[in-house]
Amino acid sequence: MSKPSNEGFFWLLFSAGGVVAAVFIPIHLFLFGVAIPLGWISQPSYEHLLALVQSPLARVYLFVLCSLPLFHWAHRFRFTLYDGLQVKHLNEVIFAFCYGGALLGTLFSGYLLMSM
Amino acid sequence: MTMQPSTEFHPRWYRTRVSTYWWMGSWRYLKFILRELSSVAVAWFVVMTLFQLRALLNGPDAYARFTHRLQSPWMIALNVIAFCFLLLHTITWFNLAPRAMPVRFGGKRVPEFLVAAPNYGLWVVASAGIAWFVLRTS
Amino acid sequence: MGRRKSRETQSSKRGDMADKIVLEIARYAPEKDEKPSFQSFEVPFRKEWVVLDALNHIKDRLDGSLTYRWSCRMGVCGSCGMMVNGEPKLTCATFLSSYGNGAKVRVEPLRYFPVIRDLVTALSDFLAKLQGVKPWLIRKDEPPLSAGEFLQTPEQLDLYKQFSMCINCTLCYAACPVVGLEPTFVGPAAIALAQRYNLDNRDQGAQERLGLLAHPEGIWGCTFVGECTRVCPKQVDPAGAIQQYKLKAALEWVKSFVLPRGHDDAGKEVRS
Repeated sequence: MSKPSNEGFFWLLFSAGGVVAAVFIPIHLFLFGVAIPLGWISQPSYEHLLALVQSPLARVYLFVLCSLPLFHWAHRFRFTLYDGLQVKHLNEVIFAFCYGGALLGTLFSGYLLMSM
Repeated sequence: MTMQPSTEFHPRWYRTRVSTYWWMGSWRYLKFILRELSSVAVAWFVVMTLFQLRALLNGPDAYARFTHRLQSPWMIALNVIAFCFLLLHTITWFNLAPRAMPVRFGGKRVPEFLVAAPNYGLWVVASAGIAWFVLRTS
Repeated sequence: MGRRKSRETQSSKRGDMADKIVLEIARYAPEKDEKPSFQSFEVPFRKEWVVLDALNHIKDRLDGSLTYRWSCRMGVCGSCGMMVNGEPKLTCATFLSSYGNGAKVRVEPLRYFPVIRDLVTALSDFLAKLQGVKPWLIRKDEPPLSAGEFLQTPEQLDLYKQFSMCINCTLCYAACPVVGLEPTFVGPAAIALAQRYNLDNRDQGAQERLGLLAHPEGIWGCTFVGECTRVCPKQVDPAGAIQQYKLKAALEWVKSFVLPRGHDDAGKEVRS
C-alpha cells in the first residue's frame, strides 16, 4: 500500500491559512489599508503600536498571521496557474515560486518579529 | 498504484481542446477564478504587513513615511480592491468549509447554514477584538 | 387561462399558426465530417414536451440519421445527458417550456468527452476511471454464511446514501473544468462513488481506495469549483464527497508521518 501523497500536507497548510485569512485579515486590512489612511479613524500612535507588537502574544499572533496565509496563497495560486493558464508543464518552477515565496515571507516575518 | 491515463485514441472521435480562456466561458467559471484570485489579495496583505512591521522596527520616522505612503490614492484604491477580494474570500470560505466536515447530530445531518453561522460569529468577535487592541488609547 | 385555451383551439384550427421551437443540434458524421456543425430543426412547442421528446420527434419525422442515447426517459438511467444551451442537462428532464415558445435551443454532446457521432460521447475513459476506484464492497475477511446477513441501521445507511444516488450520467464531468484541463483527472462521480463505499460499514476497502485516489490525478486535482454538485440531477453533491475525502486523506498523511512504521487497518504495527 503506497504512502499517501504529500499533497495532503500542503492542503492542510492551505486550509489553516484560509481560516486565519478569513477570520483575521479583513479587519486588519480595513483598519490599516482603508479606514486609517482615509481618515475615518484617527491614527494610532507609533508608541502604542510598537508596544502592542512587542508583547509576546502579539508576536506569536503576527507570526501566524503572516505565515499561514502565505501558504494558503501558495497552494491556491499554484492551482490557479495550472488550471487558469494551463502551464502545468512548468510545475517545478511554479512549485518553487509559490512555496519558496511563502517560506521566504515566513522567515522574514520571523526575523522581524524576533527583532522587535 | 495510480490511475492509468486511459484516454483512448480513435481517429474518428472528435475532441475539442480546452481554450486558455475557458474561465471566461461562463459567469460561474469566472466567479470561481475570482475566488481563487482572492489569494493574491491575501498575499498582498502579508507583504504590506511585513513592510509595516519593518517600518515599526526602524523607528517613528520610518513608520510615518510608511503611513504616508498608504495615504496615496493608488494605495487606497489598491487596498479597497484587496479588501473586496478579502471579503469574497471570507464569505466563500465560511459558506464552503462545512462541505468538508459534515456535522451530524442525533443521526441527522445538520443544515449547512447552521454550521457556517458560528464561523461568521467568530469573525465578528475576532474583528471586534483586534479593532479594540489596535485602537485603544491606554 | 381562457385566453390560452382559445389560442390553442385557434391554432389547431388554422394548423400553420402552431407554436414552434427551433433546436440547433450539433451534427458530426465521422465518415464525412472533419468537425461538428449545427443543423436547425423546427419542432412543435408542446408544453409537456422535454428536449428528449423533441429529439425523438426529429428522428421519427424529420431526420432519421440523428444519433443520440436515451433509455428510461424518466431521469434514472443517466443515458440522455447533453449540453442544452451550454448547460449539462438530462434531456428527459429538461422541459421545452423552460426556453419559451419560439426560442432557439442549442443541443450539443456533453462537453469534455470525445464525440463518436452527433450527440453520442465516448464513455470508455469514464468507465475505466470508475472501475479504477473499485466501487464495490471490499472485504478482507468473509464471515461464514451461518453468521447471517450484514446488518445496517438507518443511521449507518444515512452516512453514505446520498453518494449512492449517482446514476453515472456524467453531467458532473461535463461541468468540471479540471476534467477538461486534465484528461487523467479521476473526476467527481468516480470519487463520490469511492466515498460511498468507504462510508459503508460493510466495506473494508477504505485504505486500498485511499492508495488509489490520494494523488494529483485523484482527489488532489480537484479545486472545489463546485459545478459538479450544481448540475447533478440526483443531488449527490460530489464536491462535498471530494472535500471530505481530502480531509480524510490529509489526516491519513499526518498519521503516516507521525507513525512511520507500517500499520494495518486496525492500527496494529506490521513487522516485516
